[in-house]
Amino acid sequence: MSVAPAIELQGISKSFGPVQANKDISIKVAPGTIHGIIGENGAGKSTLMSILYGFYKADSGRIFIKGQETRIPDSQAAIAAGIGMVFQHFKLVENFTVLENVILGAEDGALLRPSLAKARRELAALAKEYELNVTPDALIEDIGVGMQQRVEILKALYRQADILILDEPTGVLTPAEADQLFRILARLRDEGKTIILITHKLREIMEITDDVSVMRRGEMVATVRTAETGPEELAELMVGRKVLLRVEKEAARPGDVVLEVENLHVVDGQGVERLRGIDLQVRKGEIVGLAGVAGNGQSELLEVLGGMRAATGRVAVNGIDLALAGSGADGKARRAAGVGHVPEDRQREGLIMAFSAWENSVFGYHRGPASGAGLLMDNAGILTEAAAKMERFDVRPRDAKLSAKHFSGGNQQKIVLAREIERNPDLLLVGQPTRGVDIGAIEFIHSQIIALRDAGKAILLVSVELDEVMALSDRIAVMFDGRIMGERLPGETDETELGLLMAGIEGRPDDAAAAVQEAQAAQAREHAEEHGTAHRAGQGGGHG
Amino acid sequence: MDRLPGWADAVLVPLVSLLLAALLSALVILGIGESPVEALRIMVVGAFGSTYGWGYTLYYATTFMFTGLAFAVASHAGMFNIGAEGQAMLGGLGVALVCLALPWPHWALALPAAVVGGAVFGALWALIPAWLQATRGSHIVITTIMFNLIAAALLNYLLGGVLRPAGSVESATARFPEGATLPTLHDMLAPLGISFSKAAPVNISLFVAVLACLFVWVLIWRTRLGYEIRALGYSQTASRYAGIGPVKIVVVAMLISGGLAGLMAVNVVMGEAERLLLNPTEGAGFIGIAVALMGRNHPLGVFLAAILFGFLYQGGGELGLWTSIPRELIVVIQALVILFTGALDNMVRMPMERAYGALRRRRKA
Repeated sequence: MSVAPAIELQGISKSFGPVQANKDISIKVAPGTIHGIIGENGAGKSTLMSILYGFYKADSGRIFIKGQETRIPDSQAAIAAGIGMVFQHFKLVENFTVLENVILGAEDGALLRPSLAKARRELAALAKEYELNVTPDALIEDIGVGMQQRVEILKALYRQADILILDEPTGVLTPAEADQLFRILARLRDEGKTIILITHKLREIMEITDDVSVMRRGEMVATVRTAETGPEELAELMVGRKVLLRVEKEAARPGDVVLEVENLHVVDGQGVERLRGIDLQVRKGEIVGLAGVAGNGQSELLEVLGGMRAATGRVAVNGIDLALAGSGADGKARRAAGVGHVPEDRQREGLIMAFSAWENSVFGYHRGPASGAGLLMDNAGILTEAAAKMERFDVRPRDAKLSAKHFSGGNQQKIVLAREIERNPDLLLVGQPTRGVDIGAIEFIHSQIIALRDAGKAILLVSVELDEVMALSDRIAVMFDGRIMGERLPGETDETELGLLMAGIEGRPDDAAAAVQEAQAAQAREHAEEHGTAHRAGQGGGHG
Repeated sequence: MDRLPGWADAVLVPLVSLLLAALLSALVILGIGESPVEALRIMVVGAFGSTYGWGYTLYYATTFMFTGLAFAVASHAGMFNIGAEGQAMLGGLGVALVCLALPWPHWALALPAAVVGGAVFGALWALIPAWLQATRGSHIVITTIMFNLIAAALLNYLLGGVLRPAGSVESATARFPEGATLPTLHDMLAPLGISFSKAAPVNISLFVAVLACLFVWVLIWRTRLGYEIRALGYSQTASRYAGIGPVKIVVVAMLISGGLAGLMAVNVVMGEAERLLLNPTEGAGFIGIAVALMGRNHPLGVFLAAILFGFLYQGGGELGLWTSIPRELIVVIQALVILFTGALDNMVRMPMERAYGALRRRRKA
């Protein structure tokens, strides 16, 4: 190659204690390309990028930017070298405007006004050049995640970045928003920027990247031209063995109604209505999947059903009404009613991270006679039972005395699943069953959920991964803004239709993408009008 | 991060912290022109060199066990109970009321009654802050500090008025009846033919404190209640998921904590002073925080740390008696120990973890 690579890493190694996160990694990223980095959780992708962005210092190895060996001791140095990073969790100040966020940390001089004016001009130019449309005066808290992400990209471009790193950028986006992001990325590449896309989604790699590097257990196992590979090969490279990308399951044989939800409403602490009249049924022997972009009420619905949040309306399990507020509306009563719950956030909800695996194996069921008689807990009995459960669910390492925090995400999830499934619930609530879970473990978790369905249990599944909802569900309900936009059968729908429902658009217009863009543009205009005036008033008070 | 093996975590880290505190104290003593070696000798001899010294060391240790356990139990539930001081004062009131209520025929009857009195009063004094925390979110640190002040004012008022015997000019209750006198270690060991200092105040409360350590161990690690207390202490959201009622657990844990704090009065008020005086706690409630921190909220750790602080108290007192080291310096030494063992725990732990990890890697290589 005649041109120097935009980025070249040579022999990068990094250890955290006994864990070697990166082992002798070398990679070349050609300028003006989109380079994907794919790997399971814990494969070392984020560590590698953190080294490149100056968050960590590599134990050994060299970094070349545009052919020049460069030391990157901190993120300032990374920015100076022309590297911009868009994190999975945005680093934006919620109550600042878009413009204020863009100049934050890059102000010229002590007075804000000249910087803001300059930024406004540059933003307009960037918007024109790359289709990066944002509303400069809207507050971050008022704009959607898609636009927030564009603000992050603009922040990097404003700092003259010509190498952009995006870490799992589509996790929070609807399919339509993801498509829009990809168009922006393609445009940036065509204008000569270099883009590194970190993801665990094979589809995205195939769709947008020019080259792809695969990481496994801290090592770079392969770098290939995307056009010369396929998802099966990449999955195999990631995991190190053949994987089934799609779960095998037989047709559901739904029986009696187990869960009945009628006109469910939830108002949160800020007075915002999170659920606006949900009606839903789940039958024996079926998996109902709730699709939707995060934050559209799925979490709240699961919390209400799991007894973690008060609501109004009616919820019945096996024909018996459940209390939705007050003393009977807690996890204890729900478990007594036969409701198992694999919560969305296993680390904050499903497990006590400081508890050992055996203590966690009865969490929520610690009151029952199986955990001992009277006031005392039968610790020895629980330990034995936990060890057996870990065997059956292939939890590794097979050490019931180890704290939950020392297990990997997939194994933590297996501990939760083992606990909930083995209690033989009539209804199992499953939230984000494979978030942060390795591909290998995903296969196992999916098969366990399907086995439970085949045993005649009712399952309500919530996942932000549309692929997962489509693969597992026998019926799909799409949520948007606290309502169920519609129900579809997985065989009779596709991603485009579900994506539109997720964006709150019913029906099937001819030009789907155009409709989404139109809706977003309208939303942006609305915000501009609402906040433009309010913000100017606020500014007058602040600087006057 | 490398984890230290259990024994190093529980024993080695506090010991190194202690050593650092001792070294710094030695420098301070050198700085004022005294010999640190001599000072240490005086402290050790003063605290452990005679049954009299032992008697005082264990007497202080008894008090610190109660307040240390009090802090530890609340801590397991995620509560920073800084109010052991006030709860212990009210415990003193409870003990005094019980002791003065009847002409007790024998200590064996008076002791259980006083234990109940002290525990109930201490627990009730913790109830209001606990309730406010659980239902209104009023921060327990703020409310318990305020309740310490209220408790002191309340004792001041009661001892100056209602509880002061007619004709007395001292702010104190009447002396407790003979039958409420607790046997000292001297009284208990004499029948066995072991001679123990008659003057030392250590008494049967020491065994009550040891029983309390056992009780807390069973409570925290063997009961469902303890499981729920620990779960809530680690994660409120996870507890909500498991259907563990936070109001109930916070209130119950704080009642137990306050009750344990109140029990220290059995040792101090009933076992030593034999009447209720102003400020019966003398800061022991706050020392309990350091004891629990050093003992890592484990009853065995609290037991050992309480003895260490008993040594510092007794040895420090001797130092003030036999050297020109000013009394304030003893407070400095005690503060250094608290600082190193409690607050700066990670300063010692993290380098040790790193060193341990490096050592293990080298051995493997």
